[in-house]
Amino acid sequence: MCTSISESSVVSGAGKGPGGWFPVTQATVGFDHATHSAAEHALLIDFANYDLGTDARVAVELDLASGRALVRQLEATIAAAEATGLRE
Amino acid sequence: MWNSYRTDSDLGITAEITTFEGGDGDEIHAYVVKPTGDGPFPGVVVIHHMPGWDEFYQEFCERLGRHGYGVIAPDLYCRFGHGTPDDVAAKVRSQGGVPDDTVVADCTAANKWLRSQSWCSGRIGIIGSCSGGRHATLVASKAPGFDALVDLWGGGVVAAADQATPTRPVAPIDLTDQLSCPILGIFGNDDQSPTPEQVDVHEAELAKHGKDFEFHRYDGAGHGFFYYHAPMYRQEQAMDGWAKIFDFFGRKLRSQS
Repeated sequence: MCTSISESSVVSGAGKGPGGWFPVTQATVGFDHATHSAAEHALLIDFANYDLGTDARVAVELDLASGRALVRQLEATIAAAEATGLRE
Repeated sequence: MWNSYRTDSDLGITAEITTFEGGDGDEIHAYVVKPTGDGPFPGVVVIHHMPGWDEFYQEFCERLGRHGYGVIAPDLYCRFGHGTPDDVAAKVRSQGGVPDDTVVADCTAANKWLRSQSWCSGRIGIIGSCSGGRHATLVASKAPGFDALVDLWGGGVVAAADQATPTRPVAPIDLTDQLSCPILGIFGNDDQSPTPEQVDVHEAELAKHGKDFEFHRYDGAGHGFFYYHAPMYRQEQAMDGWAKIFDFFGRKLRSQS
């Protein structure tokens, strides 16, 4: 890696990759060289289950502004969800 | 130099993926390119960049091969599994990157592999870009047996102590006194990693330790300006950079053989 900026966490959920839906076990957020987007660096977000193979991965590359907007959306949505009292 | 061959010369390469005994005795993949003929040819260890052991690097090796170098490019991510280069690179990223010690061990083994080939002259260079530039600098500072080093915009060669990670515990600049061969550095002045100021720091450290170094910096270029598959490509600067690589390797690996 060029930046060493990368954080991983255990997650529980499902993602849809090239082979269809699969259980997601790990989320990684990094900031490093983009693979596909035109930017030199990007937020690299992966939802993966490497026990199923390297291609069990849902990948997104975002610019920083998009990342901040996504954080706000997540926080707002989670707060609204918790306010409802509905179970997951 | 580009287009400097004769049209009646014995020009060709063989290229293949093979396995060899890498660091710790692990069998890992390598992309190997050899010029046509029996040699002797100088050898080059090529270190791929952060995005992985990818198609760009296969073609990078082939270009060196067409200019008369026997090349081995170890798959530094081989132990993490297989898939498309970006998928494998993502898995490596999720685990903090490939450990420096593994890179040094694999490149040391690659050097040994080259020396064992009947066609190899015994003069060995090492080259890498991006994280590979940093890795190449690290390897040439920790492992013996290299005669020339090319650092292409290696990010993280200059790093503060608080930027150390478990996989990257040491900044290569802190090993400058141990650098065992001449170094060619190629950089873009618009790069953010390394910045021109970091290149200055590296250059000053090389001078301080009396090392044989040549640094070239290009205006109008940033990071990765050789990458013709990406918007960062800068044709004029890239071709001049390649000319400098062939000139440097020619002087350090051929004329002294």
